[in-house]
Amino acid sequence: MQSVRYEAPTSLDQAARTLLGSENAKILAGGTDLLVQMRLGLKQPGLLVDIKNIPEIMQLTLGDDALRVGAAVTGALVGEHAEARRLFPGFVEALGLIGSSQIQGRCSAGGNLCNASPAADSVPALIANRALCNIIGPAGARSVAVESFNTGPGKNCLAAGELLVSIDLPLPAHRSSDAYLRFIPRTEMDIAVAGAAVALSLDEAGICTAARVAIGAVAPTALLVTAAADALIGSALDEASLHAAAAAASAACSPITDKRGTADYRRKVVGVLVRRAAAIAKSRIEAQA
Amino acid sequence: MQSQRKTHVSTTVNGEPREFLCEPHQVLSDVLRNTLNLTGTKEGCNTGDCGACSVLLDGTLVCSCLVLAAEVEGKGVVTVEGIGEEGKLHPIQQKLLEHAGLQCGICTPGIVIASRALLEKNPDPSETEVRYWLAGNLCRCTGYDKIIRAVLDAGAVMRGQ
Repeated sequence: MQSVRYEAPTSLDQAARTLLGSENAKILAGGTDLLVQMRLGLKQPGLLVDIKNIPEIMQLTLGDDALRVGAAVTGALVGEHAEARRLFPGFVEALGLIGSSQIQGRCSAGGNLCNASPAADSVPALIANRALCNIIGPAGARSVAVESFNTGPGKNCLAAGELLVSIDLPLPAHRSSDAYLRFIPRTEMDIAVAGAAVALSLDEAGICTAARVAIGAVAPTALLVTAAADALIGSALDEASLHAAAAAASAACSPITDKRGTADYRRKVVGVLVRRAAAIAKSRIEAQA
Repeated sequence: MQSQRKTHVSTTVNGEPREFLCEPHQVLSDVLRNTLNLTGTKEGCNTGDCGACSVLLDGTLVCSCLVLAAEVEGKGVVTVEGIGEEGKLHPIQQKLLEHAGLQCGICTPGIVIASRALLEKNPDPSETEVRYWLAGNLCRCTGYDKIIRAVLDAGAVMRGQ
């Protein structure tokens, strides 16, 4: 950790130039993963590029089409955003589950995504909500669907010199909502054994017209499970459809056995979480005026 | 340790302008304690798990072990030394004393800071809200119950009840 340099660019251009000019640079957002990894000797960057002085990285704005969450906007700020809570309650809850109140003051959806832990809580919720990642780099700007952003544990799709600027959550259709559930063996301050996010749209008769199901901590990356969504679409979210979605999620995952749980246990629990998250999303839509 | 060009930082600590030189890798808790001699902030785990190093950074509760000292350029830091006045404890400090919400005292500065952040945002929290908010402040002495009661009681005092 001793020989690192520190730069705090104030514009995206400056950040891109700084990143390109250094071989062993790491982007510093909230630091709640990176500084710990550095202290443990897991990462030894030569340069830390603090992106929190860049306006685009720190914006949290509700546009006509999407909620734009700058890459380093903190969990605490998103949690205080009333419109974010109303539009994406599941995403806001998932982000709010990361760490303690202290960690919430620093952690971000962008950091959670780039750190690429398979158990990241906010990532399934972003996937369920069709989020788009806005990236800039030497070749210009590009957008990537969030489910394609991470490529493995600790690995993401950013090329050398690229930077995640913001995440767009498209505004949900009328009569839509989402939910995220994770299983941990305690009530707070733990890492998901399994997680599931569901985003739903219902018609006036209560029939599901659109659905996205994403699961976490049960594969090398969070997964979009189309088969689980297909089990819900066209149904009234009755018990049989919910169980079919759960079975599809269990079938789609490829969990490992580790100290947090066995593969068999994770496979079973993730289905239960999908079923329950779908029921919560449905009840949220029904509670809308 | 490799010699580095030090970073010059101008910041505000407990309302006073302060300047210091730091190495790029140094975290805020280190500089507060060892450069600015503000040893009220404690170092516990140094990995953001225990909350002993809690400070307010521009009003936001953070672990100062997970903030680089260089990051506080132009920002405002509040440590436990900035809570209460000489000879007059803040209600949170007073109630922690009255309820015996501390024994060894290592977690206490972090508890004071975190509780103040909570009561500022939410002057009348439920017991559950206090317990969740303080979930990142570990205490191995008290069993937490006395701390939770002290914070609830301090909230009542601060609301004028």
